[in-house]
Amino acid sequence: MTKANGTSIQADRINQVCYRSLEHKNPWALKTYESLGGYAVWRDILKNRPSPETLVGKIKDSVLRGRGGAGFSTGLKMSFIRSDAPTPRYLVCNSDEGEPGTCKDTLILQNNPHQLIEGMLIACYAQGMETGYNYLRGEFTLEFARCEQALKEAYKQGLVGKNIKKSGINIDLYNVLGAGSYIVGEETAMLESLEGKRAMPRVKPPFPANYGLYGKPTTINNTETLASLPVILEKGAQWFSNMGCSGSGGTKIFCISGHIEKPGVYELPLGTPFKDILELCGGVRKGRKLKAVIPGGSSMKVVPGPKMLTVNMDYQSLQNIGSGIGSGGIIIMDETTCMVDTLACISRFYKQESCGQCTPCREGSGWVMRIIERILAGKGRKEDIEELLRIAGNVEGRTICAFGEAFAWPVLSFVTEFHDEFAYFIEHKHSKITKEPIG
Amino acid sequence: MTDPYTLTVNEKKRIDHWVNKFPEGQAQSAVIMALRILQDEHRWLKDTHLDCVADYLDMPKVRVYEVASFYSMYNREPKGKYEIKVCSSISCHLCKAHDLIHHIREKLDIQLGETTKDGVFTLGEAECIAACTQAPALIINDVETHGSMNKDKVDHLITELRKRGKS
Repeated sequence: MTKANGTSIQADRINQVCYRSLEHKNPWALKTYESLGGYAVWRDILKNRPSPETLVGKIKDSVLRGRGGAGFSTGLKMSFIRSDAPTPRYLVCNSDEGEPGTCKDTLILQNNPHQLIEGMLIACYAQGMETGYNYLRGEFTLEFARCEQALKEAYKQGLVGKNIKKSGINIDLYNVLGAGSYIVGEETAMLESLEGKRAMPRVKPPFPANYGLYGKPTTINNTETLASLPVILEKGAQWFSNMGCSGSGGTKIFCISGHIEKPGVYELPLGTPFKDILELCGGVRKGRKLKAVIPGGSSMKVVPGPKMLTVNMDYQSLQNIGSGIGSGGIIIMDETTCMVDTLACISRFYKQESCGQCTPCREGSGWVMRIIERILAGKGRKEDIEELLRIAGNVEGRTICAFGEAFAWPVLSFVTEFHDEFAYFIEHKHSKITKEPIG
Repeated sequence: MTDPYTLTVNEKKRIDHWVNKFPEGQAQSAVIMALRILQDEHRWLKDTHLDCVADYLDMPKVRVYEVASFYSMYNREPKGKYEIKVCSSISCHLCKAHDLIHHIREKLDIQLGETTKDGVFTLGEAECIAACTQAPALIINDVETHGSMNKDKVDHLITELRKRGKS
């Protein structure tokens, strides 16, 4: 067994699912994808017409969970579309990648678009859908071009469209682009955007499975989730779930950024120890000490470095330490990082991107940002720390969508885990960590 | 009163391409792209552009204005030919994106949000552009990403863009 870079990670378990085309020449081309066994599952479905329940059952067995951040069981979500649900029904692929620290779907869209198309076709078939939209964030113009090219090839081969391979099955897929908005990544905000409106999350219930796009039954899945389906069905639910660990089947793409020697994106078995991923990426930059890690995109709670070094990267392990695997964006902070400055950066993001619909989020995100900027400017007040915790604590669970938690969790975790740094900054009017002016 | 704007044949063709992606009777779904197409042609969106999109897609004008003011890629005022937006979200921030912004400010002699006197460059900040492993990163006109930037690479890029702007 070959190990990657002296870690415990087996080299043959890296980039095996959504990234299986990455090392090949012209990885985005139909020819390349078919040479890797691509579209075999779809052709088999067209020929043998398995029951949708069988397919959904296999996806449930694989323990695949939503890879966009929420981690909900994909098979269970698919089963919410009842076989007697009204038609038309819609599939929406969420390619609005924008969670700070996350850059994984861009590589699927650029380099393995056919696998996403096959995944969408399988999902449509399994849920009795004839239309699927792949919604890419507005800035993804290269990704869009690759997806359009791939879709054109797939139509030309008769793998998509009306009466596919004379099976009587009709599935049309479309790539669409946004125009700049983080909140579009919230599934019901995406539906609003597809309907040509402001991307404001809907009150749930009703859930999209009952009332989705244009009021019709709809399922929304992340790019990585859908692109995993062809490999799961090709190699078997057991093969996939065995890749991961108990409760966290399969692989997950991790994006390692920040203060890291070799930043990178890797698809790895769930349950891989964090310290091995750190090693795979050459360790903390300049051999410095690991101070803290945000393990799943900026909406997840920050974890002090020493604790992170003992943790495995899977759903349960991260939940056990009060954080989450989220979108897989692992953000590394070394010992030179000022946590007040870093939280200010995160808070500016959430203030900017709050859709403004719910008062606790709209007002709270700005309030929090102003307090942290005040501390940063050396004008902090003694009561500010309590105030930050109180405001963030009052947002959690009181908004229409999870954006409220997304901006509250970093505040709660930064201020709690690094309380002394905030207190020091307020008292001394400068950072405990850096002498350089911040900002 | 400004004269109303009339869509060109080409603009109509481009918008129709998007209308056709959506079910019959759902033409308003194409509004996001219709506005991008007009911005693409005219560099920024005037009220008259918004009004004619509303007419063409048969939707209330206010709905088009709501969309135009919500999404960050729409320009409701003229900007430089090249808008350089430096990503200031966490991964880029940790890799000193603010030093890059400071350098560009000095080089172009403009503040954030301003445009150079010759109208070539506008400087702005972007929220996470999904280039975190290439931090610090920036994006030109919201569509062209440049990663692993440093002062030298920024200088080079600015020279390149000046040349491109003249050709």
